[in-house]
Amino acid sequence: MSDTIIQVENLGKKYIISHQTPGRYTALRDVIADKTKKLTRNILSPFRKIESDSSKEEFWALKEVSFEVKQGEVIGIIGRNGAGKTTLLKILSRITEPTAGRFRLKGRVSSLLEVGTGFHPELTGRENIFLNGAILGMGKAEIKRKFDEIVAFAEIEKFLDTPVKRYSSGMYVRLAFAVAAHLEPEILLVDEVLSVGDAAFQKKCLGKMGDVSREGRTVLFVSHNMGAVRQLCSSIILLDHGRIVGAGSVGSLIDQYLRGISASYSSSPETPTKFLRAIEFIDSSSHKVDSILAGSGGSFRVHYEVDGDVLTNVCVTIAVYDLTGIKAVQLTTDHAYEKLTIEMLSGKGYIDCQMDAILLTPGQYRVNVAFDGHKGNGAFHDGIVNGCQLTVMPSDYFGTIRMKTNEEGFVLVRQRWIVEGGSHNSF
Amino acid sequence: MQSSDLVIEAGRTERQYWKDLWRYKELFYFLAWRDILVRYKQTAIGIIWALLRPLLIMIVFTIVFGRLAKLPSEGVPYPILVFSAMLPWQFFSNALSESSNSLIGNANLISKVYFPRLVIPTSSVIVSFVDFVISGVILLGLMVWYNFWPSWRLVALPALIAVAFAAAMGAGLWISAMNVQYRDFRYIVPFVVQFGLYISPVGFSSSVVPEKWRLLYSLNPMVGVIDGFRWALLGKDTMLHVPGFLLSMGLVAFLLVTGLWYFRKTERTFADVI
Repeated sequence: MSDTIIQVENLGKKYIISHQTPGRYTALRDVIADKTKKLTRNILSPFRKIESDSSKEEFWALKEVSFEVKQGEVIGIIGRNGAGKTTLLKILSRITEPTAGRFRLKGRVSSLLEVGTGFHPELTGRENIFLNGAILGMGKAEIKRKFDEIVAFAEIEKFLDTPVKRYSSGMYVRLAFAVAAHLEPEILLVDEVLSVGDAAFQKKCLGKMGDVSREGRTVLFVSHNMGAVRQLCSSIILLDHGRIVGAGSVGSLIDQYLRGISASYSSSPETPTKFLRAIEFIDSSSHKVDSILAGSGGSFRVHYEVDGDVLTNVCVTIAVYDLTGIKAVQLTTDHAYEKLTIEMLSGKGYIDCQMDAILLTPGQYRVNVAFDGHKGNGAFHDGIVNGCQLTVMPSDYFGTIRMKTNEEGFVLVRQRWIVEGGSHNSF
Repeated sequence: MQSSDLVIEAGRTERQYWKDLWRYKELFYFLAWRDILVRYKQTAIGIIWALLRPLLIMIVFTIVFGRLAKLPSEGVPYPILVFSAMLPWQFFSNALSESSNSLIGNANLISKVYFPRLVIPTSSVIVSFVDFVISGVILLGLMVWYNFWPSWRLVALPALIAVAFAAAMGAGLWISAMNVQYRDFRYIVPFVVQFGLYISPVGFSSSVVPEKWRLLYSLNPMVGVIDGFRWALLGKDTMLHVPGFLLSMGLVAFLLVTGLWYFRKTERTFADVI
């Protein structure tokens, strides 16, 4: 049952990048002679060793990549742009050849590197289903058999016989994914194609991907959508600059990846701000900190400096995000029933937002702050993105030191559980 | 599909290739079907164009070469003489033009999906073959019209069709593979096709070529093919210049084998270069 389906050993892929060199030849005769020499050499032996040419540089898109995948596993491949994820999939799909290393595959492979591969705009939806299916590796009989399912999944019954060039982009993408979703390979390689369509369709796609993995197929899944990765994958490979920097459990590697990303954010504002100078967190003993215990109190302090101007009707908003960019909580003077504004603000100082207890679950958070109001006759808007980082640490808010992280939700709620009826033991 | 153990290693040739070609055999049909369908989409008279085009060319040729230039026709009705040569020539020139751009035109497939790349130029040649068959129907109509019936030599026709196919494939493979790396061929091919029309025995019969030039003239592989077609279809007094014919056949075989070799060799770099 769990035998190795994919085995990759020391895979490497090298590209040659050329750079423009300043012209060395001025005579046409020399240019022609040089080109002819190069041309005949290239045609007769396309594989001769690349001579050291200062205008060319070697670029290893993948280097010494080795891993094993067992049957039925869903592996997420994550990494920043340019890490080599798509190159890895292309090599495993046999679209391009590795420069070094080897790999072994047991079973039929289907790869989805793009939705709608091979779709021709002039052909109708019906014709494109057959064409796309054939290109992806399905036989004609198989497509005929699944035709109705595909059409139902894509929800385009009415438009089957109109040319695809008339489809809206949403319909196009739904049809493309519908065909691809009905492949039945043993090994499926998917490259970031799930982020298509509206929310309802995305849910459908995720559901279908879940079905695929439940049927025991092996899936290699590249995505930037951490939510989808967390939901579907049993383990993860983290790539960085062409090498594997981590492989294993989903939670820890996603955090490692996200920490890598937020480390590249500087905490000083990228664009000059007009009036906001900084935002920081002050704990209940008036110290500036960047980590607090869950459930404790403190305040966000926003430093401002308004030189020579007077701001009126100022409104402050602080937004706290987790590392995947989901907003956990928003604190604003424009809240609840009334809009609190600072009627007049000038000079230099700070604004505090005091909280008795911050009920955020443990984890890393980033904080943005925005400033709105009027200056003179016109309105102004100012903001700092990622003004500070806050780490919430597990605490004894619940009476024990055990606490779940913010992967499972942002809010701490004190709860009591009671069971009634039947015959039972109590909680 | 049965699961198979596949081992890919950097630098080693692919032994699975021919098995793969068989596995993807339906793709030949689908790509050719797509190209043909797309041609006639949103046209008013649709598939009738497939018949009209060769008919019109034949009429023009008959007027220009037959009536105006008055080239000899060896006792056969001139339209049939022209058409029997035009059939293989059109097949070859269309196949060459389409297959030379086939890889480039399907660049999005090559960089995103795996299948043996040989399918692509082959399906272009198949599309031209379909046109060839349709034109063959017109030739049949012409023969009925002129009450001209071919001799027993017709038996050689299938073999000659295979040779024409081989010629188209050989040239197509070479040019399509080279076109991926050097886009110059997009400009060279139309010129070669036009030029070839005048040095191939389409508008004239090979018998007008003086004996001392015959062998040099036969270096054009289509000379052998077209002469063969004429010999098979027209019967009666049409003679075949055997040395020239054999030379052309040899060239066709050479083109095909080397074309296949070059294509396979460069195929692995297509996705990176295209």
